[in-house]
Amino acid sequence: MTALLTANGLSAFYGQIQVLYDLEFNMAEGGITTLLGANGAGKTSTLRALSGMLRTNGEIRFNGQPINGKATEDIARLGIAHVPEGRGTFVRLTVEENLQLGAISRSGRKEIAEDIERVFNYFPQLRVRYYQQAGTLSGGEQQMLAIGRALMLRPKLMLLDEPSFGLAPRIVQELFGILRTLNKQEKVSMFLVEQNASLALDLADHAYLLETGRVVMAGDAKEIREDEGIRRSYLGY
Amino acid sequence: MDLFIHQVLAGLATGAIYACMALAVVMIYQAIDHFNFAQGEMAMFSTFIAWQLMEWGFPYWAAFFLTIAISFAAGVAIERSIFRPLHNAPVMSHVVLFIAIFVIINSFAGFIWDFNIKAFPTPFGTRPVLGQGLLSAHDAGMIAVVLILLLLLFVFFRYTRVGLSMRAAAANPESAQLVGVRVSWMLALGWGMAAAVGAVAGMMIAPVVFLEPNMMLSILLYGFAGAVVGGLTSPLGAVIGGFSVGVIENLAGTFIPYIGREMKLSIALTLIIAVLMVKPSGLLGRKIVTRV
Amino acid sequence: MKTDTPKDLLDATAARSASPRNLKPLIGLVALVAIVAAPLFMKNFLIFQLTLAMIWAIAILGLNLLTGFNGQFSLGHGAFYAVGAYTTAILMEHGGVSYYWTIPAAGVICFIAGFLFGLPALRLEGTYLALATFALAVAMPQILKFSPFEHWTGGVQGIVILKPDAPFGIPINQDQWLFYFTLITLILMFAFAYNLVGSRTGSAIKAIRDNPTAAKAMGINLSLYKSLTFGVSALYTGIAGALSAIVVQFVAPDSFTFALSVILFVGLVIGGVGWIPGAFFGALFIMFVPHLAEGVSKGLAGAVFGIMLIAVIFLMPSGAAGLLKFVMDRLTPVRRWMGSSSRRSQ
Repeated sequence: MTALLTANGLSAFYGQIQVLYDLEFNMAEGGITTLLGANGAGKTSTLRALSGMLRTNGEIRFNGQPINGKATEDIARLGIAHVPEGRGTFVRLTVEENLQLGAISRSGRKEIAEDIERVFNYFPQLRVRYYQQAGTLSGGEQQMLAIGRALMLRPKLMLLDEPSFGLAPRIVQELFGILRTLNKQEKVSMFLVEQNASLALDLADHAYLLETGRVVMAGDAKEIREDEGIRRSYLGY
Repeated sequence: MDLFIHQVLAGLATGAIYACMALAVVMIYQAIDHFNFAQGEMAMFSTFIAWQLMEWGFPYWAAFFLTIAISFAAGVAIERSIFRPLHNAPVMSHVVLFIAIFVIINSFAGFIWDFNIKAFPTPFGTRPVLGQGLLSAHDAGMIAVVLILLLLLFVFFRYTRVGLSMRAAAANPESAQLVGVRVSWMLALGWGMAAAVGAVAGMMIAPVVFLEPNMMLSILLYGFAGAVVGGLTSPLGAVIGGFSVGVIENLAGTFIPYIGREMKLSIALTLIIAVLMVKPSGLLGRKIVTRV
Repeated sequence: MKTDTPKDLLDATAARSASPRNLKPLIGLVALVAIVAAPLFMKNFLIFQLTLAMIWAIAILGLNLLTGFNGQFSLGHGAFYAVGAYTTAILMEHGGVSYYWTIPAAGVICFIAGFLFGLPALRLEGTYLALATFALAVAMPQILKFSPFEHWTGGVQGIVILKPDAPFGIPINQDQWLFYFTLITLILMFAFAYNLVGSRTGSAIKAIRDNPTAAKAMGINLSLYKSLTFGVSALYTGIAGALSAIVVQFVAPDSFTFALSVILFVGLVIGGVGWIPGAFFGALFIMFVPHLAEGVSKGLAGAVFGIMLIAVIFLMPSGAAGLLKFVMDRLTPVRRWMGSSSRRSQ
């Protein structure tokens, strides 16, 4: 399988402050990779760096093309859909408008309408609330809307920043089930940042562990999940 | 009662201009969260351009639309060249630049066209509408133009993709970038549209107040008052705010004895401070409902 | 025998002496003597212009106290200038008050006016406060023409004031006397400003500018300090206005338009926000640049102001303060020779 996303010597900075140090990773097409780590480890910064929202050194390649230094909107238009921390919902706009915005860089009214239908199939609640202001949706529904919006891009890669945050366990289970389905059926590769390690390792194929801006461990998700030693010392369970 | 209706209508007529300025003000405010103090001067300069085109032989409506196009381009140019580099700069820098543009434009207008007042034609004729001098043709024309403008903007923002992109860029620039909206260009577009709307305001008011470089200062103030009263969040609010200010000020002028007419600017001042202090969301400012 | 250069001798002396030699007071004294003696040798019109420049400096200092040191915007300080000017004019014309008493009176009245305006302004920040003060400036001329007050204000025509003579029969002409009168006022007001800014109150004022939340957490009463600063700022600009009424001999509503507030604002930015001496640079700039600009073409002064503002924002955000620092840094060897100690902190 060809590498969809690679990073080489990736360092990232907020102004003068360095937050990521020489990251290296490799993500194959079709897979789900998860980035784990404690609060402040740099997980969100990694996703923001991939989306061109931070100053970076080093190289990021998407489908073989270098994307470091590109503008955020151009990276999105290449097919990388980023579901940000806190969902990034357009709260004052309706559900409909949020979904329409997901597809704003595409053309083809018929295809877009079909994609909205597809989103409804995965997330029926959104159909009910189609004309409601997005800010009135519950946390879980807003997360679904955020993922739905990302799907509207017809992305090759989805970056997800802590999708489980603030959600009840039952909803999180449901959500992760849908993510698995999306990955298989829509062939959307996923790069998932999560604090909830067990959940993420269940879903993912590969895992990286980030500690204060550095990758301290990388490997097959199943192996890591089953290695009690690693789990105890690095993941806390 | 007749007098009351007359004053209300007259208030709507001047309110139409304030509504126009308020529209321009709100459009830039939505884009960059700042008040463009140079908006009036930009509108004045556009009006002079229209005047000059007509001096050179262009018929009215040709000059009108050409001026709108030129103003649009100028608005975009100002944003790209001066404000874009300043995107994350503190408020002070923005205020300084607005004042800078204000004085430069004012100065150049005086330099090119001097400070003598000039007449500016109205395309609406002079026949009074609604009989018995309740509303002049130009007044009715101004109101009609503003309402058409409002309708066009409403359709643009609500039903077009570009309009949606602009709203998204204003509401949440980061999320907008993440879906591929070129936020930077949305700002430029906002400026261009604001400049175009301002040009319309200038061309509508010039027949009434006569064209000279200092004609827009008080009108800008009324425009700000209208924008603030309307809530600063939507074109509809701006227009309603503008009309309200026009009517309030006219009624005050007529019915407050002896001094009402001299209080117009103070009324605008009071409205601005009172609304910002007591009810910052104005008439139509939306309260955001969020659930965590 | 090889003789030492003066520099070597002085260096040697410095090395030998225990305390550091400091030429700054000497230079200051020379400058003061020069300033005091100057009007005796200058044409009246130049004296008049320099007097006005000093008045501008006081006005800009007022604005700087509010915006530079306390972080509150004002696009409307021309209004306080007007209040000060009209206070003087009305007191002199209708109250028969001597000109020198009108100055503190104008100060008090403007302090109250500023404080009162500062109260609603408490809720307004940044661009909103700029808007409110903009509105004040634009509304001011109309307020000054208000017909019920016409008897006092002289309406559109305004009030004419007689220039005072020098007191005690001192043999200098009126322009020279006004120069000294203004100079004395200037020195007093700048001294007070330095005192204020360096004091604990000044620290509180600056803290509010830098981080209002932290300031509040430290127990600083935001409302009180912000309103007081507004009052003091208005006092300064009002006193400047009062002086201007006497010097120009005339007040009228159309002398106090929005353009005046713009000019003060330009002076503030060019001189350097948050730097007291900047008021002088700003004043000189707004005093003399328009003359140069109008030499090129009438009405072009505004364009020059605007372009300078843009230049400041993009090239030198701290205005003349930054420019001076730039120059002074390059002149370090000279400064060391003069015995310069570390600069007074802001």
